[in-house]
Amino acid sequence: MSKARRILPDPMRLRAVARKEILQLRRDARSMLLAFAMPLLLLVIFGYAITWDVRNIPFGVIDRDQTRRSRDLITTFQSSGYFTLREYLDRPSEIAENLYKRREMIVFVIPPDFSRDIDAGRQAQIQAIVDGTDANTATIAISYTRAMIQTFALGNIRVSPTRSGLPIRAQSRVWFNEELKSRNMIVPGLVAVIMMIIAAILTSLTIAREWERGTMEQLAATPVTRLEVVLGKLLPYLAIGLIDVILSSLLGVLLFGVPFRGNPALLMLMSFLFLVGALGLGIFISAFARTQLVATQVAMMATYLPAYLLSGFMFPISVMPGVLRVLTYVVPARYFLVVTRGIFLKGVGLHVLYVQGIFMLIFSVIGLTLAVRGFRKELG
Amino acid sequence: MSGPGGIDPTAEVNDRAVVVEDLTRRFGSFVAVDHVTFDVRRGEVFGFLGPNGAGKTTTIRILAGLLVPTSGRGTVAGFDITRDTEAIKRNIGYMSQLFSLYNDLTVEENIRFFSGLYGVPRERREARRDWVLEIARLEGERRRVTGELSLGYKQRLALGCAVLHEPPVLFLDEPTSGVDPISRRSFWDLIYHLAGEGTTVFVTTHYMEEAEYCNRLALMNRGRLIALDAPERLRAGMREPLLQIRTNASARVVEALEKTPEVIEVGMFGRAVHATVRDLSRGRDAVHAALDSRAIPYESIEEIPPSLEDVFISRVHEEGGAPDE
Repeated sequence: MSKARRILPDPMRLRAVARKEILQLRRDARSMLLAFAMPLLLLVIFGYAITWDVRNIPFGVIDRDQTRRSRDLITTFQSSGYFTLREYLDRPSEIAENLYKRREMIVFVIPPDFSRDIDAGRQAQIQAIVDGTDANTATIAISYTRAMIQTFALGNIRVSPTRSGLPIRAQSRVWFNEELKSRNMIVPGLVAVIMMIIAAILTSLTIAREWERGTMEQLAATPVTRLEVVLGKLLPYLAIGLIDVILSSLLGVLLFGVPFRGNPALLMLMSFLFLVGALGLGIFISAFARTQLVATQVAMMATYLPAYLLSGFMFPISVMPGVLRVLTYVVPARYFLVVTRGIFLKGVGLHVLYVQGIFMLIFSVIGLTLAVRGFRKELG
Repeated sequence: MSGPGGIDPTAEVNDRAVVVEDLTRRFGSFVAVDHVTFDVRRGEVFGFLGPNGAGKTTTIRILAGLLVPTSGRGTVAGFDITRDTEAIKRNIGYMSQLFSLYNDLTVEENIRFFSGLYGVPRERREARRDWVLEIARLEGERRRVTGELSLGYKQRLALGCAVLHEPPVLFLDEPTSGVDPISRRSFWDLIYHLAGEGTTVFVTTHYMEEAEYCNRLALMNRGRLIALDAPERLRAGMREPLLQIRTNASARVVEALEKTPEVIEVGMFGRAVHATVRDLSRGRDAVHAALDSRAIPYESIEEIPPSLEDVFISRVHEEGGAPDE
């Protein structure tokens, strides 16, 4: 390759490459589906499938008290929406069996002196036996149980000032996601995860396709530079990526009812930075893979798991072990995730997100550099 | 590398389109091109003839700036083949062995794409496009998807796309491979047409009859250049006489003559066998004797002028090796 290579892309050649790429894309149904239908499909599927909200916890009851009070307690649980009564059990020996069979997740045992204790002003007790297999849900079920008991107690017990417990009460207000709907957090996160995967896969096909079909040799014999090929291929997909972000955001707001509180223009700017990096990464993979099959698989591996598991989408980065936490810094979706959640839910601006912006700028420079460096015009 | 006493690009540019000295390319331990030296004059149709694996494609790729030579030096259109590959690409047309236009684009879209890549000025584009459509005989098919065309049309279109920018030098790597004889003929008419307009055409082939169309011909085998001259001079330069034996038993004739010391080289050509002999009269006697003693039937034995294939076989023999299969 000539050392005295022109640095700036020639507009005529750049246009020729971009135009050709669009023409090819338009005629390739598979790519069109991948570009436009896939992100929305993934968003709908994952948007519905993933939820961290715990509702309708199936529970059983052994009611030894059999009074109005004990029935009120059960009704409190049932009407909350968080619990669903499966059945009344007769004997404690049935509890284990039902938990084995996953008929119930939690079983309450109301002792015979339950209402008598309440009437006498003593502390009444009930027992809750929880299936702890799914520790997360079990923890949530226990905390919901406490909340239910609290609600029940407020309505049924005259609180005497001397026995009201602690003199301090925490009044919590939830901001940004007032109803604590996990969907509000998942959908903006999904936008970031999906765009990472789609962007890399889309471009991973482009150069591998040229190798596979033998068109690369002709392309390499023309004066087109590596930068022109890379940019020419990247620009149409950048436009597609931005359209995808708009479409999935709309879907998130309209279908899933996720609030959008920030500035759409800022989201576009950030998406631009992120997409350049992700698309560049795909081209880099494509240049090495040389077949479309290998290219998509590598692109999938390189983006899917990191974006899904290490971006903070599934698990908060702050609770990850040290090594993984360090690793998350090289997962670009990590930054974009903060951006989408921040813009959707908190409505924050550049004064907060500039840090992510800088990291994504670095990512896009690295992605582009890798793409141009990785793509060789010489034949081996 | 061009150093003192090396190639002076300015001198070559006038009368020689391609100059190559000691060109070598290795792939690992395999020597694809082995110390090859030659030059191509401007406006010449220069042929590279040799079997598959002879190193023709590797050579043409080096000249087109697609491969870097392991050693040796050269210029194409006055530009150094190791340092100025990008300048070379602006000044040549190249057509690779496999059809490599975009099958999913229309005829016109392919032309437009390569016009853009070669930087054909906007005001010239339409004229050049029409010219390509004309030489490819695709005027009525400009909106056809290229993949639907027959190979003959595709190759003419590919040639047209390769010369959109009117390059002084054109490299064609087995352009007619797999094309039917009539389309092949019309492709060669095109090559002559371009050469007539002053384009230097460097073409590789493994068709002997196509080699005859070249002004000069380089014979290549196992990475080495074994002969280089005009086709008629190559034939005339064959020192030993050539006998043609017409027979229905070619295989048995070949077998018999291979054991005859007077015969240097035997080649089977369908229902004829060609035998290169050391001396015409003694050779003829020896062939008669060899066939008669084994009672092998034959129709005639006569001296014939050598074809390029005979020349090729003879030169390979002189080099001391059989052509690669």
